[in-house]
Amino acid sequence: MSAASSTEPVAGKTIIRPYGDATGDGMVQLSFTLPVPHDKRAEGAALQLAQKMGIDPAMVVHAKAMGPEFTFFVVYGRVHHLVDVSKVQVVDRAYPLLSPKDANAQIKRRLHRKLVVVGACIGTDAHTVGIDAILNIKGYAGEKGLEYYREIKVVNLGAQVTVPDLVERSRRERADAVLVSQVVTQRDAHLHNTKEMSAAFRESYPAGRQPLLVVGGPRFDEAAAADLGVDRIFGKGTTPSEVASYLVHALAAARTPA
Amino acid sequence: MATRHRSKVGLDPAVVRKARGLARRAGAPIVKMARTHSTVSVERATLRLAGLTGADVDGIPWVNRLVDAVREDVGLEQGVALPVWHAVARGDGEDLSAIAQKAAAGSIHFRLPTGREATRAAGAARRAVAGGLKRIDTQRVRRDRRIAKLGDPPQRPWLYLIVATGDIYEDIPQAQAAAREGADVIAVIRSTGQSLLDYVPEGATRQGYAGTYATQENFRLMRAALDDVSRELGRYIRLTNYASGLCMPEIASLAGLERLDMMLNDSMYGILFRDINPKRTFIDQRFSRQVHARAGIVINTGEDNYLTTADAVDAAHTVTVSQLLNEYFAREAGLADWQLGLGHAFEINPDLPESFRLELAHALLARELFPQAPLKWMPPTRHMTGDVFRGYLLDGFFNLAGALTGQSILLLGMMTEAVVTPWLSDRDLAVQNARYVINAAGNLYEDFRPAPDGFIAQRARQVLAEAVDLLERIVDDTLLAAIADGTFGLMRRPADAGKGFDGVFPRADGYYNPAGELLEEGS
Repeated sequence: MSAASSTEPVAGKTIIRPYGDATGDGMVQLSFTLPVPHDKRAEGAALQLAQKMGIDPAMVVHAKAMGPEFTFFVVYGRVHHLVDVSKVQVVDRAYPLLSPKDANAQIKRRLHRKLVVVGACIGTDAHTVGIDAILNIKGYAGEKGLEYYREIKVVNLGAQVTVPDLVERSRRERADAVLVSQVVTQRDAHLHNTKEMSAAFRESYPAGRQPLLVVGGPRFDEAAAADLGVDRIFGKGTTPSEVASYLVHALAAARTPA
Repeated sequence: MATRHRSKVGLDPAVVRKARGLARRAGAPIVKMARTHSTVSVERATLRLAGLTGADVDGIPWVNRLVDAVREDVGLEQGVALPVWHAVARGDGEDLSAIAQKAAAGSIHFRLPTGREATRAAGAARRAVAGGLKRIDTQRVRRDRRIAKLGDPPQRPWLYLIVATGDIYEDIPQAQAAAREGADVIAVIRSTGQSLLDYVPEGATRQGYAGTYATQENFRLMRAALDDVSRELGRYIRLTNYASGLCMPEIASLAGLERLDMMLNDSMYGILFRDINPKRTFIDQRFSRQVHARAGIVINTGEDNYLTTADAVDAAHTVTVSQLLNEYFAREAGLADWQLGLGHAFEINPDLPESFRLELAHALLARELFPQAPLKWMPPTRHMTGDVFRGYLLDGFFNLAGALTGQSILLLGMMTEAVVTPWLSDRDLAVQNARYVINAAGNLYEDFRPAPDGFIAQRARQVLAEAVDLLERIVDDTLLAAIADGTFGLMRRPADAGKGFDGVFPRADGYYNPAGELLEEGS
């Protein structure tokens, strides 16, 4: 993915409009629900919304009552907005998103053994939803969890694991990465727990030998990794393949001789 | 479903008999293990049936506190009933609740009664638990009466829709709206992670993660709301929840007490997908199925899940094997065939040539192997991409396969699968899709006769043959070893690992559990 290709104008044009059945017609379609009973006024309300969205003229091509209190609409119409393709900015991920198959292949090629991941909820936090979404084979958002990856060995310690237990188990399993999930944020518990955890790993491992420390949870700031002493923070909505891709990327980088 | 004809795919009755015989041989050692062991959750369910409810200030249920206290004082190998009702008889507390609170505070200690004291404690325990079973029986009669009065859905398959807001008070209007849109069965998805809680939360709950906690109060509230909408619509709307995870026996008991109608209850799902200890799962499962049998609840098994991890063509026979095992375990626990909502799914890659024919073959195989079971057919999830238009078409084909192969319950697919949690409009569109297909196809099942040696019939016979091969290997290897080897859903689960194993114990001589005894005796 070169930087140039992502801003290359399509067929030489840099200013474009949506295409329905003719160049420049600007036609779009959308559907939505309004919390009103279906009548003439409801259809007028749908048109008003479409017009405020910049669709002009807008046509309500379908309206259907869904029970006594809701109406579903399909709207077609023209937008006049211009898109300047040369101004589109693409933020490239620092690492490529890998499919489970590719992640497995890369682990095999670069590590010559299984990648070991130890996961836990630490402190009093009993909400394993995050760690389970990432680790359990059931997965999250249609993606399988890390247990599904043939080349990843997952040790999920579950909830309410103490920091010393986590460190000890990580050493015993020779963990490449430690995944910690924190949901409870009362009195900043998630931040205190994470700092305590990263400090404990620093103390018990020789410098530069500790596993990758990764924390996740809905209330973390993804930019605060350095402050908390961890390698990476994942926020809400992170999927297993993002985590797997990151692990492969980070561990491969660490193990490539300088 | 009474008039089934000769096999449409030419299944050889001898092969079918062989498959069932192998499933029995594979399952029998598990049943033997389940009959000689108990678990903390079975003991807690016994206390729940005897009427113990409520939780301490930290939200830990009294059944947990009481079982833990008994375990500490005398162990659980004799069961929780004798020491607890002995304490009642001794006057340590006026009822179970008082005993639990005092035991939690450390002010009383338990002792195993012997001789006449033991007989007396057993009698009192049996009377208390019989009270809970009587309430379950009453709820079953009440359901039968309501169905007789209001009627079942006018069409087959029944339409099954999911709600999952996390807040029971938000779930209720959504469930009622879904029923008005045409749902015949409402399932309230549980909060992620509840399966791994070793206790059942208490009370009405308003915050869950991707689902709503299963609690007795939430069950009661939702059943009452659906009773209201059933009256309004003139058909009985069924309610489904999940008897799975570490508290299977307790949740099954609560479901019976609160008149839920269907429960997800798979013999291996928790083992494979939640890493729950295999022994814990099988012991808990047997008890929970005995309760479901008593309560007239239809169980839904979870074979669809295998196909979300393994390939739907390569692993088709593992679904059949699991269905046969689920059937064996269910019948052994006393469930009748009409209660076996065996699962399967439409998960073949739609880009594969002949994928629809393959789906028809698999769906017909299940239909013909289990002619009296209310099969639950699950929609595509794995190959839903975010292209909602393509997804809507795929769901239409799923519905058509369901109508064409005589499925009993359709869990309706959402075109926004893999995009968002279903919107109000997604459910409405899903019902329209199913209604159109079922209405247009009518009783097409009657006319659908695949060529005797055509692709569909051959494929169905091939999958059954592969299932027999796998069952033979499982019988040789033992089921626990097969699970440990990753035979199902590609997961390896050793018999002595996984969550909840510390809650499993062998029954000693003199073990007494009045619930087990009464359930084995039947009503």
